[in-house]
Amino acid sequence: MFKITTEVITGAEVREAVEGPDAGAVVLFFGTVRNNTDGRAVRCLEYEAYPPMAEKKMAEIAQEISEKWGIPRVAMVHRVGKLEIGDVSVAVAVASPHRKDGFEACKYAMDRLKQIVPIWKREIWADGETEWVKPDAVFFDAPKPHKTDPQTD
Amino acid sequence: MNVTVKYFAVCHEMLDRSEEEMDLPEGATIKTILKRLEEEWPEIAEFYEVMQMSVNWEYATENTELSEGDEVALIPPVTGGFDV
Repeated sequence: MFKITTEVITGAEVREAVEGPDAGAVVLFFGTVRNNTDGRAVRCLEYEAYPPMAEKKMAEIAQEISEKWGIPRVAMVHRVGKLEIGDVSVAVAVASPHRKDGFEACKYAMDRLKQIVPIWKREIWADGETEWVKPDAVFFDAPKPHKTDPQTD
Repeated sequence: MNVTVKYFAVCHEMLDRSEEEMDLPEGATIKTILKRLEEEWPEIAEFYEVMQMSVNWEYATENTELSEGDEVALIPPVTGGFDV
């Protein structure tokens, strides 16, 4: 399951999407809307996505996980629209035979999501101002293999 | 040839539209689109360095050649997920 949705994300749907008899662990991750950013009060967040490309990139991340850890089942769901404090914005589920690989793969899935999945976040501050979030320096400096020019490969 | 160009997040706001059809000459690349946008709104060029582009849902470069019916998007730095 790779999905951009305007609906509330439930743990059950992402867990059910990955469960199977060969799993010894299901790692679930939820990203939730926090009430402040670096101490500045946040009223709510708005997420926007490019849904067909976002879902394609999520599927590619699952393929990378399958190749790295041999884990066959990953689910990723990201919500878009206006989200209130405490709402789940993103969920990742990974089913693996053993917990260590599951935890690592789940972290990898979130790191990659923040690098290559076209989703944008806008902060609506408590004072009414709004601002598109800029990624932190880590991701500006990170290598971007997907941006290599095919003519020079 | 005709292509669809999509604008998201900060690009959507800067250009005040979320998508448009563009009629481009044969052999056009993404750079052709970027130059056209720059003529309309020179300040957008400042964002090109941090922005990525896609063609038909795959990341592409300025030199990627376009074909009739392609869906092109300007992709500002992505910020999905959470911050911890």
